[in-house]
Amino acid sequence: MSTEPTSGYAPPPEPSGFAPASRSGPRHRAAGDDPASESALRIVWLCPDLLSTYGDRGNMLILARRAYVRGIPVETIEVRSDEPVPQEGDIYLLGGGEDGPQALAAQRLNANQGLHRAVARGATALVVCAGYQLIGTSFFAKGAKCAGLGILDITSDRGATRAVGELASEADPALNLPTLTGFENHGGRTHLGPGLTPLARVTTGVGNDGATEGVWHGKIIGTYMHGPVLARNPALADLLISWAIGSPVAPIDDTWPNRLRAERLAAIRG
Amino acid sequence: MTTAEQGTGRGGLPLRARLASTVSRTASALSRAAGRGDGSVIGGWLGLKIDPDLLKHLAAGRRVALVSGTNGKTTTTRLTAAAMGVLGDVATNSLGANMPTGHTSALARAGHTPYAVLEVDEHYLKQVIDATHPVAIALLNLSRDQLDRAKEVAMMATLWRDAVRDRDSRIVANADDPMVVYAAREARHVTWVASGQRWHDDSWVCPACGAHIVRAGEEWACAGCDLRRPVPQWRVDGDAVVDPYGNRHQLMLQLPGRVNRANAATALAVAAQFGVDPAAALPRLATVASIAGRYATVERDGRTIRLLLAKNPAGWLEAFDMAERAPTLLAINARDPDGLDTSWLYDVDFSPLQGRRVLITGDRAMDLAVRLEVNEVEFEHVPTFAKAVAAVPPGRLEVIANYTAFQDIRAELNRVN
Ligand SMILES: [Zn+2]
Repeated sequence: MSTEPTSGYAPPPEPSGFAPASRSGPRHRAAGDDPASESALRIVWLCPDLLSTYGDRGNMLILARRAYVRGIPVETIEVRSDEPVPQEGDIYLLGGGEDGPQALAAQRLNANQGLHRAVARGATALVVCAGYQLIGTSFFAKGAKCAGLGILDITSDRGATRAVGELASEADPALNLPTLTGFENHGGRTHLGPGLTPLARVTTGVGNDGATEGVWHGKIIGTYMHGPVLARNPALADLLISWAIGSPVAPIDDTWPNRLRAERLAAIRG
Repeated sequence: MTTAEQGTGRGGLPLRARLASTVSRTASALSRAAGRGDGSVIGGWLGLKIDPDLLKHLAAGRRVALVSGTNGKTTTTRLTAAAMGVLGDVATNSLGANMPTGHTSALARAGHTPYAVLEVDEHYLKQVIDATHPVAIALLNLSRDQLDRAKEVAMMATLWRDAVRDRDSRIVANADDPMVVYAAREARHVTWVASGQRWHDDSWVCPACGAHIVRAGEEWACAGCDLRRPVPQWRVDGDAVVDPYGNRHQLMLQLPGRVNRANAATALAVAAQFGVDPAAALPRLATVASIAGRYATVERDGRTIRLLLAKNPAGWLEAFDMAERAPTLLAINARDPDGLDTSWLYDVDFSPLQGRRVLITGDRAMDLAVRLEVNEVEFEHVPTFAKAVAAVPPGRLEVIANYTAFQDIRAELNRVN
């Protein structure tokens, strides 16, 4: 049985509802509304209208729940690509998408500069797949080289083949994370500039280039494990929360995520 | 083949097509006898190898309707074929083999019929229109499906637009899906049906201009261009379908849910293009109880088990709408036909199941377990379908499963239809 408490938790809006009027719970608001509690952990999901192809909402839902069950007040904010990026966020999320929406998201985020300012002041960010490519200096979409946000010294180009399947990797020891597991589906290959550290070393799948996977720099994590990467990697979710609140978090019951992890890691071992 | 046979039935077929058609039917029979599915794919494949124009030859002389869309096409095809039965014999690929091989096999097997209603995979629409010159084409909806290999939704809509433009066919299209409206609005002849759209997450961005789609009640419009909801000629009102003349036709469907009332409206609108009076078709729609196991109800050990298929996020939302408030088994696999990626679980809001007894099973039950925990839905994991049946008290058990999980359970129930 699922055992977590249910009383009093107003979960963030579930899918088919980023139109804020339709389903806003007390802890969810749209960009431009008055900020609620100053003390809440604020999770900002950027461009859900463009970059939400692979269940990307999952990362917002998982972070919000893991904060809540520890008694950390939490607020989720979905910010459409044509809205300004709020500056009071603690964790910023960017998800995956197809070429056209990815290029449009880059234009709009560059015009706005809000994400640039947020990470410059030390906000935490998790950027996934197309969103990961976006934060670099350039990426390829629809056969053309596009300007990225230039937040990190990363470039992405096209690989010879599309990388589709399970992606497993051993995280940089400094992060003290267990084996990372996810699913990748991308045509890009990503190259880190000098001074940047990969998130992990690939054991199954492709990641950046077949050898390394993702990036971590300051409080920014980028990864090719697409969609709801935090479902299989609760320790990564907790790392993001601890960065955002500035202190470690206590363990919670991870029976089901751990069973899922064990099953997926066993599946790739054959 | 005797001279007499050549002079009757499919006598209009050229020799090569006749040979191909016969081989196709024989191979289908062999495949069925060997227990390999219903044989429609292998038979059609062989036939098309011998005569690449076989589908065209088999369709010639029939008045054809096509049905395509991400969801509901098998059911709508069945309902449309039932409605068209008012006019005479109807050939149809009711077993869900919805690519040209399946169409070829279905038409060859049916022999000569004046009418045909074919379910068409979204990706093959243009090819099948070219081969069959349909009188009417129903376009139901477009949403994300099998993410790790399908085209993006807006690209699919553009393919459809190009497929139906400059045709003489009547397009019967869903006015509530912006992707479908984008695809159909440039066609010469369009009939709009208000079929509804529970799933909005693939149509927030205008496929024509990239601006946002703004919704207010059932109306919607693009903020940046002239794409907007057309005025529908057919709509659903409660349990009735309202036709373009304002006549209400009370449905008596056995199939559950609002989405099947909308499918019935589309079926009546398509059949009307052939001259079928909706009032005459209603009793025939009421005879459809299940389609290849979908919506089937099976008695087992005192449990009344109902099977609902949900292949993608939009389909899951519709299934929650249909399921009664009873113990509910969710079964998830991620084999090739399902797509190998389970990320879509986070595109589905499972909260309609809160407060129900929920059991989970399937190859990827653990992915579902984590999803339900995040969604605050309590659940029990059961290793097999049989254990799920044993775990619930006598009475109703709703089963919602994705494609291969559904087929596994159907096999345990002796391939219920
Ligand atoms: Zn537009």
